[in-house]
Amino acid sequence: MNAAHVWIIYRKELRDALRDRRTLISSIVVPTLLMPLLLFGVGRLMQRAVAEAREEVPTVAVLGGEGAPALLARLSGDARVRLVPVPADWREAIAAKRLRAVLEVPARLEERLRAGEASPAVRIFHYQGELKSENGARVTERIVAEHRERVVTERLAARGLGPEAVRPFEVRRENVAPPEKVGGNLFGGLVPYFIILLCFTGAIYPAMDITAGEKERGTMETLLCSPVARLDLVLGKFLLVLTGSLASMFFVVASMAGSALLGGALFLGSSGAAAAGALPPGAAAAGMGSLPTIDPLGLAGVFAMVLPVAVLFSAVALTVSLFAKSYKEAQSYLGPLIVVVLVPGMIAALPGTELTARTALIPLLNLSLVCKEMLSGSWPWGYIALIFGSSSLYAAGALALAVRMFNREDVLFRS
Amino acid sequence: MIAAHGLTKVFRDRRRGELRAVDDVSFTVAPGRIYGLLGANGAGKTTTLRLLATLLRPTAGTAEVAGRDINLDPAGVRARVGFLATSTALYGRLTARETLEYFGRLHGLAPDVLRTRIDLLAGELEMHEFLDRRCDRFSTGMKQKTSIARTLVHDPAVMIFDEPTLGLDVMAARAVVRFVRACRDRGKTVIYSTHVMSEVEKLCDVIGIIHGGRLRDEGSLADLRARHGETDLEEIFVRVVGGEPAPPPLLPPR
Repeated sequence: MNAAHVWIIYRKELRDALRDRRTLISSIVVPTLLMPLLLFGVGRLMQRAVAEAREEVPTVAVLGGEGAPALLARLSGDARVRLVPVPADWREAIAAKRLRAVLEVPARLEERLRAGEASPAVRIFHYQGELKSENGARVTERIVAEHRERVVTERLAARGLGPEAVRPFEVRRENVAPPEKVGGNLFGGLVPYFIILLCFTGAIYPAMDITAGEKERGTMETLLCSPVARLDLVLGKFLLVLTGSLASMFFVVASMAGSALLGGALFLGSSGAAAAGALPPGAAAAGMGSLPTIDPLGLAGVFAMVLPVAVLFSAVALTVSLFAKSYKEAQSYLGPLIVVVLVPGMIAALPGTELTARTALIPLLNLSLVCKEMLSGSWPWGYIALIFGSSSLYAAGALALAVRMFNREDVLFRS
Repeated sequence: MIAAHGLTKVFRDRRRGELRAVDDVSFTVAPGRIYGLLGANGAGKTTTLRLLATLLRPTAGTAEVAGRDINLDPAGVRARVGFLATSTALYGRLTARETLEYFGRLHGLAPDVLRTRIDLLAGELEMHEFLDRRCDRFSTGMKQKTSIARTLVHDPAVMIFDEPTLGLDVMAARAVVRFVRACRDRGKTVIYSTHVMSEVEKLCDVIGIIHGGRLRDEGSLADLRARHGETDLEEIFVRVVGGEPAPPPLLPPR
């Protein structure tokens, strides 16, 4: 190997790549914009839709309300719902979103309650999965439940008992896991998924450009006439592809961290918490502290573990695209590979997929699993060593294959 | 100096089976001479030249190019050879100067030597005007000049030209022919492949006629004319390759 030749080739390829719009878009622009777009675009839209649904005063109609005047009075006096007369086609009206929910009260409900009859059922009709209808049903249910509680309290009082007779103690849940553990669990599946995706897409464009693209443009033969050994040629080109892959990964993580910080402040600090009404006002101010965070040490671990995978991806992308005659042909080989690469990440996200000596040897799946562990602050060193070792071995194999491919005349001069 | 000894290249193709693209070809080219490899498309010209430039490895036989064996020291051969073909394009996103610097560095030229060399070539080929412009915006003539400068940046002893005028207009083709002649005048060993008879007549000191991968005849134009009793090179060529295939009948037989 001639390190000077490798360096000359790498520098030239880097300069060439920095002038190629397609490579720049895939390695820098897409990874940088992906997260903010997802979080602020899609996330914001979803949040707005939820808030809008919650802010709306749902229209609710009552069927058979004459048997429950007290409940009816309570409903009509409550600002959280707007009572409307029951339309004849009330089922269609709900499905057509003209009416949010219908409450059906059994005949002579209050009379039967006073007589101490066994609990007759009150039914709420709604449109399952439709945000505003679900909200209408939820609010109606809450008001009816409050009414039921009032009935219970009255019955208890008549027997000389307080509410604690039926509710002797309260149940509360509290989180004790530190924010980074919560974050690790929350983002653990997501972060490796994005990293693997971007690591691969970051590699394929430069790989296609400097192999199949060069063949297509006729510069491959020009380069092959120079006194550079094929090994140096592969290594120089490989380093460029690796740069693309790592740059992509770096930009996606940086933008993810930036978006999380900004998004957290935005969502918890203002509209989010207030609209949800889930947090008391004080919690919004202290919002940053309770946000799930990502442990920087875990993130550093993820980077280290991804390195051999980036090498593997770069070598595979280089080998596959060198085999192709043209840029288009290379795209048709590498496009479907993007989906293949994502499958292990999806499997890792399935509940019950655990890190074992066997899964630690499956490429990509092992990375996704160990990343989840590291991001939630646990460091299974034996597995980490096994995964890093096996990934490095796969990477070395792929690189050797790329070198072999560059030595095959039928591949280089395929026409 | 180029000395080919029994050069043979066999391609194995799954569909077409074994193809002997170059079959036991031997010839010698002395410094300061132009050897013209004349042949039809698919005769084995490009493969022969790619073997000499070590882009391909021979199945059998060998060649000595500028004192180096193509099998034993391919990198050494490439360091002493300038290869120009229609298939050797330029990097569109690099400027002419960056292209020359890149190949100069790969040939191990020191920065100051390289600078002087680029200056000299740009002067000779009148490239100063577009030296710092990107190659993808060049005219055919500018591209040709840059490619020529690229093959000469390391001042090689042997020049290999594979149909360098293919697809060029008259003026650009004439410039290339002039440049090939200049290489000979500087004492370089030149091998030139073409299927254009007039180029061979104008340029080449020795002509080798290749057909079906085999070298069928060889000699100076005068030798060939005397041997075949014919003055027209095209007629000689047709005779050497075994006559033309029978023309298809103009009208279908009744």
